[in-house]
Amino acid sequence: MIMRDAENEFSNKRISQESAPLYEALAKYRADRIVPFDVPGHKQGKGAPELAEFLGLKCLSVDVNSMKPLDNLSHPTSVIRDAESLAASAFNADAAFFMIGGTTSAVQAMIMSVCRAGDSVIIPRNVHRSAINAMILCGVNPIYVDPGIHPGLGISLGMAAADVSSAIRDNPGAKAVFVNNPTYYGICPDLARIADMTHAAGMILLADEAHGTHFYFGERLPMPAMAAGADMSSISMHKTGGSLTQSSLLIMRQGRIDPGYVRTIINLTQTTSASYLLMGSLDIARRALSTRGREIFEKACDMAGYARSEVNGIGGYYAFSREIINGGNIADFDVTKLSVNTLGVGLAGIEVYDLLRDDYGIQIEFGDMGNLLAIISVGDTRHNLERLVSSLSEIKRLHGRGELEGLMDHEYIPPIVRLSPREAFYAPRRTLPLSSSEGEISSEFVMCYPPGIPILAPGELITREALDYILYALDRGCLVMGPQDMTLRSLNVVK
Amino acid sequence: MELWYTEEHTPTVRFSIKVESQLVNVRSQFQHICVFESEEFGRFLTLDGLMMLTERDEFIYHEMIVHVPMAVNPSARRVLIIGGGDGGTVRELVRYQGIERIDMVDIDEMVVNICREHLPSTSCQLGDHRVHLHFEDGLRFVRGFENAYDLIIVDSTDPFGPGEGLFTREFYGNCFKALSPDGILVNQHENPYYESYSHAMTRAHRRIREIFPIHRVYQAHIPTYPSGHWLFGFASKRRDPLSDLDSTAWSNLKLTTRYYNLNLHTGAFMLPNYVLELLEDAK
Repeated sequence: MIMRDAENEFSNKRISQESAPLYEALAKYRADRIVPFDVPGHKQGKGAPELAEFLGLKCLSVDVNSMKPLDNLSHPTSVIRDAESLAASAFNADAAFFMIGGTTSAVQAMIMSVCRAGDSVIIPRNVHRSAINAMILCGVNPIYVDPGIHPGLGISLGMAAADVSSAIRDNPGAKAVFVNNPTYYGICPDLARIADMTHAAGMILLADEAHGTHFYFGERLPMPAMAAGADMSSISMHKTGGSLTQSSLLIMRQGRIDPGYVRTIINLTQTTSASYLLMGSLDIARRALSTRGREIFEKACDMAGYARSEVNGIGGYYAFSREIINGGNIADFDVTKLSVNTLGVGLAGIEVYDLLRDDYGIQIEFGDMGNLLAIISVGDTRHNLERLVSSLSEIKRLHGRGELEGLMDHEYIPPIVRLSPREAFYAPRRTLPLSSSEGEISSEFVMCYPPGIPILAPGELITREALDYILYALDRGCLVMGPQDMTLRSLNVVK
Repeated sequence: MELWYTEEHTPTVRFSIKVESQLVNVRSQFQHICVFESEEFGRFLTLDGLMMLTERDEFIYHEMIVHVPMAVNPSARRVLIIGGGDGGTVRELVRYQGIERIDMVDIDEMVVNICREHLPSTSCQLGDHRVHLHFEDGLRFVRGFENAYDLIIVDSTDPFGPGEGLFTREFYGNCFKALSPDGILVNQHENPYYESYSHAMTRAHRRIREIFPIHRVYQAHIPTYPSGHWLFGFASKRRDPLSDLDSTAWSNLKLTTRYYNLNLHTGAFMLPNYVLELLEDAK
């Protein structure tokens, strides 16, 4: 981590976005033919011929450990510092951290950087599990906001600014507001308004932008968190930005939070043998995004728009887009998410998902009861889109049935939080049949797709309403997951 | 100094032709296009380094991909060609006066323009009034039609480049939908000898047999294609390529051909045992 201004002030050379300091140092390491008497023991691949055959010697020759010319992720002073500084500029942030434990580790670091045990955070109910896990780790209490559910599509949405405002008013002691930008399905909240009200209340705004890397490099895309004034954001570079799986960024504005403290928090749980393959890929991806990102995502938007109109031309399928924006819990929509509602062809999203993979060799991101989701990103071609559209057309011809009615009646069940997730997680527990667990406190998650939100989280009262919803969802064939007993006949509750 | 064109039929097998001159060497949006002049094979066209056709032996491929289905249904009126940018398939088709319309869909307009300029012997009939050229992805074109064609000819490149989508299950399914109840689909089906090609061949065959009730394979000998032994797929909803062969009608057309004849029609479907085994494995 380094502050942009500080870098300009102290560094003699102004590094350009065209350079990739960590990648260049790795390339030099390889060219210098250094003799390795350090770890890793495969010694540039020579000791692992099967692995070298599989991944290539070029790859293994830079799978190295930290050393002077390659800097050290937990205390960066040279090439990693420079690479992180370039990443910060590329994302219009004051500081950036390379995260090699995925965006999960970035989300955890955000929450742990602003909260101590007993603090509370305002979050949407459809928050990613990593955020709740972070609360278990550091003993934070969630204050849930109903994200809303789209009546026709059955997907969960973003928090309406008015609902965030009420939550802030009702919980003036909360430390932070946490937002998804966007959700899995590409729904964005009104980030600028939420940022204003959050800061006016003296709270910190944290953004989960796992699915929003490209927002920083697009003309036609929703507003990125840094531009809206968020204090920190977690970015999955590997999801739409082109770096290797598990490599992410944590970016931040200086002011309300001290970057030095954030580094300390990250180092609490981060490995001391950070992968140079992952870090190098972040540096290379950052360079590509800042030099060609606009062009890349302009093309991705065009391709997604084309695919959407072709899919809608088949009939029956509904590839939705910006027309669902309602100024409330759908303030904006990410057009690179090719989300398709399948109920009109009489098939569940998950059925189409399976057919695409099994019969047509096409893997898409996600399928739930009513929808499927294809991600359009830096690596896509027009040709592969034609295959996807043609396959959807075939699936309709061969498997289509009459229209399915709305599958679920989605009533938001306001959770009654009795214990913090941490207390519930570590409390002594017992296992009860699901049907006789009413009135107990759950010690585990029950997630339901759709709409992709928890019905129960650790520490919440198991109400009649929640139980009925679980049984109804199971009956309608929704994907219900989370509990230790995967058949959901029983549930762990706090003793 | 000698100039040779070399195609690697496998990583350890090479096929070379001595070249007199290179007439075209350009990259289109989709592929690398070359035209060479040679003594043995006349002019020849390569895409991404792979042999597409030579002036001397192209008649074999084009006669076999057109006359076999046309002799089974000489009254086909509406024909769709996917690929076929060199024009050789069109040249054979326009000889049938009963054909009312030919749609040719090639993704690469540059290939067609280059063939028009440098390979007049195959591209000579592209201006026929019944021929309609479309420059777009074949997969996209075909999915928009239902019961629109009596014959679809897939005259494509190998499934390792821009032609990949034309060997997929969704493509064959879309073709099925676009064909009339009497429709026939013929496609170039790779060679059975070298493993990388035969793998593509069995995969294509498996997908076709899942969709079309009648699915047969026939062969020809093409000197400049890998292994020299080339296969074609014949798939249809109703007509069998042998029992429904309309010899009388085809003979009455009095077409002269250099490779194809009615005896060879039947013979071409008699396959070697190892090919039969490969096709059996595709089940």
